[in-house]
Amino acid sequence: MEQQIVSVTQLNQYLKNKLEADPLLLSVGVQGELSNYKVYPSGHHYFTLKDSEASLKCVMFRGSATALRFRPENGMSVYAFGRISVYPRDGAYQLYCTRLSPGGMGDLHLAFEQLKQKLDAEGLFAAAHKKPIPVFPHTIAVITSSAGAAVHDMLRILNRRYPLSKVKLLPVRVQGAEAPPEIVGAIRYANRHRLADVLIVGRGGGSIEDLWAFNDERVARAIYASEIPVISAVGHEPDVTISDYVADLRAATPSNAAELAAPDQMKLRERLNHAALAMQKAVQHQIALDRQRVQRNAASRVLQNPVNYVQDKRLRLDAAHQRLLQLATVLLAGKRQQFVQLTAALEAMSPLAVLARGYSMAFTEDKQILRTVDQVRPGDRFRLITGKGSLDATVDQIKEDAT
Amino acid sequence: MNQKSKSFEAGLNRLDEIVRQLERGDVPLEQALELFREGTGLVGDCTRMLDAAELEVVKLSKGADGMPREEAFAHEPAE
Repeated sequence: MEQQIVSVTQLNQYLKNKLEADPLLLSVGVQGELSNYKVYPSGHHYFTLKDSEASLKCVMFRGSATALRFRPENGMSVYAFGRISVYPRDGAYQLYCTRLSPGGMGDLHLAFEQLKQKLDAEGLFAAAHKKPIPVFPHTIAVITSSAGAAVHDMLRILNRRYPLSKVKLLPVRVQGAEAPPEIVGAIRYANRHRLADVLIVGRGGGSIEDLWAFNDERVARAIYASEIPVISAVGHEPDVTISDYVADLRAATPSNAAELAAPDQMKLRERLNHAALAMQKAVQHQIALDRQRVQRNAASRVLQNPVNYVQDKRLRLDAAHQRLLQLATVLLAGKRQQFVQLTAALEAMSPLAVLARGYSMAFTEDKQILRTVDQVRPGDRFRLITGKGSLDATVDQIKEDAT
Repeated sequence: MNQKSKSFEAGLNRLDEIVRQLERGDVPLEQALELFREGTGLVGDCTRMLDAAELEVVKLSKGADGMPREEAFAHEPAE
C-alpha cells in the first residue's frame, strides 16, 4: 500500500491547522489546579493545569499576564480561558491562555484556609500565648520519624552546637492517617512526664499531602496545649503548616529547628574567653589603681621623713607668729596716726588755739560769753580772757556799731 | 535531668556575675583576687565541659508501666 511521507514540520502544521479550524477549541474554558507555575524573564507565564487524572500545558503571553488581578500560586484551583493550538516545535498542543481567574481553591488548600481561619479566630496563634524557648535546653525532646534524614540532620546540628544537652527522641509516624494521633500522643506524653525543656515537632520535606498531618486540627490543639515550648519544623522553607502558626517558634526546616533550639558552642566559647579577658582587665585595673594610691601616699613627706614633717610644722608656726606681730605693728601704727590726726583736728577747733592767734573772749559776771553789747550796761564788770592770762574790766561806754 | 548542661549554665551565670562585680571595681583587692581565681576556674571548667561533651541521644518508648523507657539511638557522629 502506497503511503504518503510527510515531514514533521508538515505534520505539526497540519495538526495545528486542524485544531485551529475547530470552533470549540478556539474558545475554551478549563478548570484545574495550577502547578509548575513559572514566570519567564520575557514576561510570559508558563504553567500546567491538572486535575486528578490529567494535565494540560498552558502559556499566557505577557500582554494577557499583565491583566492578572491575583497572584497565581501552585495548588490554586483556577479557570483558564483561551484557545487550544499546537506548538509545532515541540509537537505539543497547549492552551494559549488569555484569561485566568481563581476558581476557588483546591480541596486541601480550602481545608487549610478554613482551619487556619478558625484557629486564628479562637486565638491559637496569638503572640501572647507563645512561650519563650529556653536559652540552655538541658533536654530536648524530638517528635519525628526515627527514619528519614530529618532526625539525623537535627542530631548532627545539635551535637555540633550544644553537645551538653540530652536529646530524647519520640519516634512517631509523620504521614498517613495514624500520624496525627501519634504526634498528639507524643506531645501529651512529653508533657505528662516533663520529658524536656523544649519540644521539636516536625518532619522533612514532602508534598502537601505528605505534610498534611501537621495541618491536622488535633495536632494544632496539642501543640497549643503543650506546657513545654514547641518548635515546629515541617518541610522546607516555603512550606507553612498550621503547626507552624500555632507553635511557639517556627523553624523553616528541621535543621533550622536544631539551630533555634540550642545555643552555639562557638558563641559560648567566645563568651567564656571574653569573660576571662574582662576579669583580667578589671583586676589589673584595680591593682594599678591601688598601686597608684599606695605610691601617692608613700611619696608624701610625712612618710618620707617624719622629722621634716615636724620641722615643716614648726616653720609654719614661726611664720604665722611673725605675720601676727607684723600685723599688730601695722595696726598700731595706723591707730597712732589716726590719734595724731584727731588730736590736731581737736586742737584746731579749741578756743584756746583761737585766743593764741590774738583773739580775746569776754564773759559777763554771770559767766555768759559776751556776744553783743545788749548783754551789758556801762559800769558792768566783765572778764576778758586772752591767749595768755585774763583780766577783769569795767564797761565805760557802749557803742551800738562796733565798727 | 541533664546535669552537664545545668552546671554549664550555672557556671556561665556565675561567671557573668563575677565579671560584673569585678568591673564595678568596688570590692576590696583581696576579695577581687578571690573572685578572679573563682572566675578563672569557671572558665576552665566550662571550656572543659564543652570539649568533653558528646550529644547524648536516647530513643524513648513506653514501658509496660507506661513510664518512659530509654534505649540507645545511634546517630551519625559529628562531621
